[in-house]
Formats: sequence, structure tokens, C-alpha cells
Amino acid sequence: MSLSNPLPFKERVEQALNDPFLRQSLKNAQARFREGKQKAGQALGNLEEWRTRAEAIRRHTIEHLDYYLDLFATNVEKNGGTVFFAETEQEAVEYLIRLAKAKQAQTVIKSKSMVSEETHVNHRLEEIGVEAIESDLGEYIIQLAKEMPSHIIAPAIHKNRKQIAQLFSAVAGEELPEDTSALTRFARHQLRDKFLNANIGISGCNFAVAETGSIVLVSNEGNARLTTTLPKTHVVMMGMERIVPTWEDLDAVLSLLPRSATGQKITSYVTALTGPRRENDQDGPEEMHVIIVDNGRSNALGTDYQSILHCIRCGACLNVCPVYRHIGGHAYGSVYPGPIGAVLTPVLKGFDQWEELPYASSLCGACTEACPVKIPLHDMLIDLRRDEVGQKRSPWIERLAFRLFGAAMKYPALYRLGLKMAKYLLRPQAGEEGFLNKGPGPLKAWTQARDFPAPAPESFREWWERQGRHGGEPHGR
Amino acid sequence: MRVSLFITCLSDCFFPRVGQAVVHLLRRHGCDVDFPLEQVCCGQPAYNSGYHEEARTAAKQLIRAFKNAQYVVSPSGSCAAMIRHYYPTLFAADDEWRDKAQQFADKVYEFSQFMVNILKVSSVDACYEGRATYHHSCHMMRGLGIYQEPLQLLQTIKGLEVAELPYEQDCCGFGGTFAVKMKEISEQMVDEKVEHIRSTQADILVGSDMACLMNIEGRLKRLGYPVKVFHVAELLYEGVQRYESVQSPAV
Ligand code: SF4
Repeated sequence: MSLSNPLPFKERVEQALNDPFLRQSLKNAQARFREGKQKAGQALGNLEEWRTRAEAIRRHTIEHLDYYLDLFATNVEKNGGTVFFAETEQEAVEYLIRLAKAKQAQTVIKSKSMVSEETHVNHRLEEIGVEAIESDLGEYIIQLAKEMPSHIIAPAIHKNRKQIAQLFSAVAGEELPEDTSALTRFARHQLRDKFLNANIGISGCNFAVAETGSIVLVSNEGNARLTTTLPKTHVVMMGMERIVPTWEDLDAVLSLLPRSATGQKITSYVTALTGPRRENDQDGPEEMHVIIVDNGRSNALGTDYQSILHCIRCGACLNVCPVYRHIGGHAYGSVYPGPIGAVLTPVLKGFDQWEELPYASSLCGACTEACPVKIPLHDMLIDLRRDEVGQKRSPWIERLAFRLFGAAMKYPALYRLGLKMAKYLLRPQAGEEGFLNKGPGPLKAWTQARDFPAPAPESFREWWERQGRHGGEPHGR
Repeated sequence: MRVSLFITCLSDCFFPRVGQAVVHLLRRHGCDVDFPLEQVCCGQPAYNSGYHEEARTAAKQLIRAFKNAQYVVSPSGSCAAMIRHYYPTLFAADDEWRDKAQQFADKVYEFSQFMVNILKVSSVDACYEGRATYHHSCHMMRGLGIYQEPLQLLQTIKGLEVAELPYEQDCCGFGGTFAVKMKEISEQMVDEKVEHIRSTQADILVGSDMACLMNIEGRLKRLGYPVKVFHVAELLYEGVQRYESVQSPAV
């Protein structure tokens, strides 16, 4: 699957459903993450209080986003860094390219950044002859496989050890054993040189603390530290919503992020950076550039979708989503998969390419329940559907059906007639046990996998009018 | 106590026996049951599909139908959740209907919620031999926060063993139009649910939402697995009748 998956949604889904390796990997990973999260939640004890607090912090920040962005930018500059506000993907990449050219960069080393995925940075750097190397193990794997991340936290979650060994063996030019530590060792070895020679390091930003202009990175590999300290120039690419006002606020969201994501109390590395190297510093980059990316985020401000900007990218909603479990991240076709992606992508990019995503959910609400900052994800999916219907994007036959539905709701007599008609139409088609195994219209889709019950010979209301209101009689099966 | 029954379109048309069981059980526990004939569907199919104007039409009709009700009881967690949660938001911008919607929402209870929390039924004289497992439907569990109540009722049935369903919190793949629009994904989800049910070796599946049960039963039937499917009320009532026939056998 290449970076820009050209297949339509239905086919992406089909591809995923027909991939038993993928599905087994996802199932295992979900089970692991879910168990971890549950334990972490129990250990925290008052999880609900934490969620309430985190939500309040996120809400406050996003409601006053311009104030905090301004404060943050002022502080970054005070610390000697440079801030660039990019309204679009283009602006962000062009800034980066100008910088790469100015530094005569040949290699950039990267540490996981969803925003750089979102803006297709690697691809654009390649076009001008700059080599971009992913330094996170998972990102490195999917870079070799020329794929998109399929999970927010674990981008290569869909790959098993065998597939990884194959990818690495191709690079090594020899057969590598399918052994986790050997594979990790190989990747480390590969990356070591790149770190030393890279001219620019690009990182994401989990949180930006406005009061001091600091960048906070959370990871389980040491590479984020190397990326941000070894190259002479460090570029941070962050979504404009990544801000928290204070260090105290950071504490709340930082407590929830790894717990919600992988079930860890805290990750192996939490790196906080405040500006580039100062005079007496031993190490660190000479320059620090922070690119704050909008790229559609402000579409959400002041709308029903504003709270999608509360997201802390923990991936908990993916880990509980049964749809994600069966189709994996790539089927969503966007950088952000799962329930968060199904909401965020159409908000950022509009419906034109993404009109199916709001329907890729059974609205079970598991995502909303799991979200540590209480984003009502499944309600937003309904709102997105409402907007699509408002734009007449839904199939005409469906619009007609619901118009009839509306008429029947207005006139109960029509409603009763509808129920009666269903009975006369469907009963003759039922088998002995009162089930249909194929049917017309939407029933055709239903009965591909399941039987459908025929309407009862006597409806409840018929029973009620006949005798129910007077006491009725015991029913039998 | 006067109780008005909101039967739901699904139970009215396909599963009248569920509604009948609810009527009999409520009467046994001292309720005066009525069924407003002008009721229609709660509008959930339209609402979830994004047709909010049509959902509002349904909501208004239902609010009108139940305007004199004291308590409204429904054998569906999903429809009860629709009314409780989404009716007030549907009319958030409508001064005339907002309060009516809220007042109605406050009166609506799901069957087991009403039995346990309002009627305070702690035990039902019922018996049913078998091994059952219970499917917690999403909207009932997450939307209404009802978890223990139906289990409590099931536990009063003598002879019934209740096995815990693995991944009981996972959706069965119904999701209204999802089952048709995303039929391939839905099929995988219901298949997984069927696997989990089979792993409990239960011969009875119980739930509180006929829509989910219709989905699961349809798949069970298609695959040829002989698991009997019941709404909680239905199994309870069946158990009551069995208990009574044991107490006073017909001569
Ligand atoms: S929407 Fe919530 S659960 Fe999903 S990634 Fe964002 S913060 Fe985590």
C-alpha cells in the first residue's frame, strides 16, 4: 500500500478484510493495549476525576487558543528560537524547504511527527534531493515499506516480525533472523550514522507549554533526544492545538497520555526543550525553528467540532474501536485512522475525498468512553452525517426513504399502514421458522450474512387492541 | 403506579411477544399499564443517519403521544437512550419544544432500569433451566449507564446459569444502517460476537435491545448455531409461567 492510497474506501476495506495477518496483528495489539489501559486506569483510581480535569484544561486552552499561541510564540522567541505560523500544508513545507536549502542539507533525521506525515514532508524533501530518515523504529519500518502509519502510537502495528525481517533483510542484503532484539540492533546500527551526519533534525511536539515556550516530547525510544540535540538545526512541526498553558496543566495531560495509549505510567523518555543551545550549554542545536501548523484546524473553531482540537493523540479510541480492529488504519486512507481520524480528517479536509469516513462506525460509543479528554467522538460522527445530508451527499434513494419515514412519523395512520405493508410483503417470503434468507432493497445487504425475521402475524398493537388492554393472556413461544 | 409503554417499532412489528411480556410483568408488579396508540418510532434511524429534520418530526409525535404519561417504559435501551440524550439536543434551538423534550426525556426508562430502580423489584418468582449469557448493548451500557440491572433480574431466575460473555462491552456490529452500509465490516463484527457467545457454551442469549439481538440471532441462524435468543423481559416472563405451572400443575 503506497503513501497515497488511490483505492476507493470500499476497496481499501476489502483489502484489509482479506488480510489475515493484518487482522491477527491488530487483534493482538488491541488486546494488549486494552488490558494495559484498564490496569493503568485502575491504578490511577479516580480516572474520572483526571478525565474531567484534563478536559477542562483542554477546553480552556482551545477556547483561548490565540492568547496561548501568542504567549507560546513570544516565549520561544525570547529563548532564541524562531516561530513560523503556517496556515496551509504548502506554507509549512515551503518554509522547511527554504531552510533545508539555506543549510545545504543533505540528510534530515526525523522523530515521529504526525504533522509531518500530514504535510507529506518526506516526499517533498526527497523531491529536492534531501534524504529524510525516520528514526523511530515503527516509522522506520513503514518508511521502508513505503506505507502510511496505521496507528497513532504504533505506526507499524499492522506488521508482524516476519514482515519486518523481510524489510530489513532487503536493506541489509542478507537474511536477518526474525528475532526482535536482532532486528532492533540492526535498525539502531543503520540509524547511528544518519544521526551523526544529519544536518537537520525534525521532530513533532506532544505538548507545547505556553508559559515558558517549551516543547515536550514523549517517547519510548531514545531517538527523539538524538534528533533534537545532534543536528545543528532543530525543526519542530506541531499542530496549532498542541498547546497547554502551564507546567501544572502539562502534568494532568501527561499523566493521561501514556496511560491511555499503552497503559504505561510514564514513557521511557519525556524530553522538554526550551530554546536552542545557550552559550554555556554542552550540547543542543544552534537553531530551533518551530512551525505551527493550521492546515484546516481552524475550520473546527467555533463549530460543533471545536472539541476535536482537544485531542492529545493517545490512540485510546483506536484501541477500543471494533471497526478499527477489523480494517486497520490504512483503510481509513488518511494520516489519522480510527474514530479520531473519522472525525478529524473530514473536519480538516472537507468531505470531497472523505465522505465515507463518518459512516465507518457503528456508533457504539466505545471511543467516546475511552477518550481521556472526553471528546464526544460518536456524537460528532452523527453531526458529520447531518452535515453531509444537509449537503445532499447521501444517496437519493436514502433521502427518499427518510422523507417517507418523516411523513409516516407525522401521520401515525401512515406509520401503522407501513408496518402492515411490511408484514404482507415480507411474511410470504419467510421460511418455516419465520426468517428470510434473502430480501429486497436494504434487506439484500442484510441477508448476505444474516437471516432476517419476518414481521409477526399479529403486531403488538393489534394484540393490544384485541385483548392486551383488557389483561391479555400469557404468551408462549 | 401508571406506566405507559413505548413499545418501539421493532418490537411492535417483529417481536410483539417482548411487549406482551413487559405488559404482564409490569402488571404483576402492580402497575397500571397503558399503550398510547398514537406512538411511532423514536426517530433513531433518521437521527443516526443524519436526517435530523425527520428525527424531529418523529420526536414531536412521540412527545405528543406520551404527553399525559407519568412513567414511560421501553423494552429497548437504545430507544430509551435516544430519547434521554438526543431529544433535548434535537430541540436545543427550539424554545417551544425544548422543555417538552426534556420533560419527556426525564420520564423515559428502559425496562430493567425501571423494574430494579423504580419498582425496586428484587426478585421475580421464575424458573428456567439453562445456561445463558448476556449481551450488553452499547447504547444501554454507554448511553444509559445500565449494567447491573438486567443481570440482577436474570439472577432471580431459578435454574438459570449465567456465563460471562468475553468482550461483553464490544459492539455486535448492528449500528442501524451501518449493518447495511458497511455490511462487510458489520459481518466481521457479528461473527466475532457469535464466536464469543459460542465460547461460553451457553444455549441461551439474552439482551435488552431487540435490534442487536435481531442482528446476532440472524447470524446465529445463518451459521446454524442453535442458540435461543431472548429479551430479558421475555425470558423472565417465560420463567414466571414455568414457575407457576410447577406450583399449580394443570390437572
Ligand atoms: S480522540 Fe481522545 S482517545 Fe482518540 S486519540 Fe484523541 S485524545 Fe486519544
